[in-house]
Parts: sequence; structure tokens; C-alpha cells
Amino acid sequence: MSAALLIDILLWGSVLGVGLIAYRRGRPVFVASLREGTMDFVNIVPRIALGVIGSGYIAAIIPQEVITGWLGPDSGWLGVATAVVAGAATPGGPVVGFSIGTVALKSGGGVPQVVAYVVAWALFAFQRVVLWEIPFMPARFVWFRCAVSVPFPFVAAAIAMVIGKP
Amino acid sequence: MSEPSPNNPAPSGDAESEPRPGRVRKPIGWSTIIIAALVAVSAALVWRRDGTDGVLDILTHDLSLFSGILPRVLAGCLLGAFISEILPHEKVSRSLGPKSGLMGLLIGTAFGAILPGGPFTAYPVASALLAVGADFGATIAMVVSWTLIGYGRAVAWEIPIMGTDFTLWRIVISLPLPVLAGALGRFVYIRLYPKPRAKDDES
Repeated sequence: MSAALLIDILLWGSVLGVGLIAYRRGRPVFVASLREGTMDFVNIVPRIALGVIGSGYIAAIIPQEVITGWLGPDSGWLGVATAVVAGAATPGGPVVGFSIGTVALKSGGGVPQVVAYVVAWALFAFQRVVLWEIPFMPARFVWFRCAVSVPFPFVAAAIAMVIGKP
Repeated sequence: MSEPSPNNPAPSGDAESEPRPGRVRKPIGWSTIIIAALVAVSAALVWRRDGTDGVLDILTHDLSLFSGILPRVLAGCLLGAFISEILPHEKVSRSLGPKSGLMGLLIGTAFGAILPGGPFTAYPVASALLAVGADFGATIAMVVSWTLIGYGRAVAWEIPIMGTDFTLWRIVISLPLPVLAGALGRFVYIRLYPKPRAKDDES
């Protein structure tokens, strides 16, 4: 867990850094942004609570085998396409996503398919999009971002096919 | 010092550092309702399968996860608020705006890659960038870069679970993607919205 600690330190260090810069712009600027940030926090907490506390239930009822089954070996571009859908449909947090990727890899899933899965999961896992991205960002931007991201798991799979295994 | 109104910042010697307009946030939106329904149905199914103990097990686990995440969410919100406050709008729209070219996409990519923290940081900061003049293309490059080549999730989750080899290899493959996604975003955006819209198009 030292990695998590390191990230926490970096995170709060950054907050301190930009906070200091804001403070040097003047106390009112500092106070205004402090309040803006706190209000964002207060407004976002119910949704985060729902998502984080609820995601365990969603993950519990979708058996991982269902998703890994979609990533079969020798499945070619069809497998890549299913991997993209599976990535988008994977519920839960990074543990679920990466565990499924690992299981798929170990149970003989194709490497390009697993890459496509992980990249698709990173780009548009529905739960992250709905719970994190939409609350924080203009919805128009989020849908636009997801739409233009669609080709890229395929691009990643293509690159993986060209350059070979790790 | 008098109560500073968010719409009326103090004259602090920097005309560019006006706060973004306060956003009206609805705590409950349609996405929240959908997720709530999904959670309720899932919890009911878990209860039917595993009984009350199963439901409580997941609840305790997720509650502890939630309490661990909360401070980071606060840090992310503060980071976003401060960044939108201190970034000079003019400079941002010059280096990350619609006319920033490849350089803007590269800056967005670099920014996303070095940004610490998880979704609780990336999205507030991206939202702040949009608010101070970055265009969709550069912001897409930043978000995609954060999710694909940012080190936060890779170090905390991907390396421990998927292994260092796969993770590094996957990141190398992903290197060109943020710039490509940003370029595609810009390309499509210009054609979808030929006239530049007002900057404050938040909904």
C-alpha cells in the first residue's frame, strides 16, 4: 500500500501547491476557490457514496466468468469487438476490471483482445462514466469524449497484433 | 476582510484570475436514478442468493472503501477549484484552446499523464480546464491520457494485478492514443459545431 500512500502524498502535495499559489493571489481568491471546491465535494458525495457502496452489489451479481468467456482465444477482430463491449460493461472498480483481464489472459484469452478489453475498460467503463465523469463534467463533453474514443481500443489491439506479445 | 462573493473576486492584481461562474449542481440526476435502481436490484438479488449476511458483507467492505476514498475526493475537488482559479484563462485558451494545434494536444496529454490521483482528481481538473478555455480536443487528450498512460491507476492497481510486463507494454501501446483521440475529437467537433459556441456552455 506504499504506492497508494505515495499517490496520496502527491495528491495532497499538489493541492497544497496550487492552494499556496491561489493564496498568494490574495485571500479572497483563496477563500472563493476553497468554497467552490468544498461545495463541489458536498454535492458530489451522495453520488460517490451511491456508486462506491453500490458497486459491490453490481459486481457481485455479474459473474466474472461471463465476461472472460467473451474474450476467448483465437477470436480475432470479433473477439476484439466483444472485448470492447465487455470492457464498457464491466461493473465495479479497477480491481474487478484488471482481475478479469488477468483471468482472461491466464485462461488463454488472446493478448490483443485483453489489451482491447483493458483499454476499453479504461476509456469507458459505464460505471466510471456515469458515477464519476458525468457528475464532474458537462454531459455533452462526456458523451462526445466517449464517442470519439470508440476507435481506440481497436487501434490498441491492432498495435498489439503488430508489435507482438510483451 | 469582507465576505468575498464568488462572482466578485477581490482585485488581487491579476485580472485573469476571476473565478469560474458558480455552477448549479443537481445532486440527483437521471444517471443517479439509473444507478440507484441498478444498485437496488443488484442488492435484492444478492440478498436472495446470499441472505442478509451477504448483503452486510458487501456493505461493510464498500463502506470502508468509501471512507478511504472520501478524503481523496475532497483533494480532487479542491485541486480542480484551485487550478481553475489560478490558471490564467488567456494562456490556457492559447495553449489548450481550439487553435492550439498539435502542441495543445501534447500539453493536454502530458498534463493527464502527470496528474496525481484517480477519477476524483482527473474529472474536476478536466472540468476546470474546459471552464477556463481549453477546447474539447485538448481536454479529451488530457482525460484519455490520464486514463491510459497516467501512472496513478497503473501503480496502484494494474501492476499489482496484471503484472509489470503487461502493464508497461500496454502503456507503450497506448502512448499515441491520447493525441489521436484529441485530434479526432477536434476534427469531429469543428464539423459538428462549425460556429464556435459560447465558452460557458455547461449543462
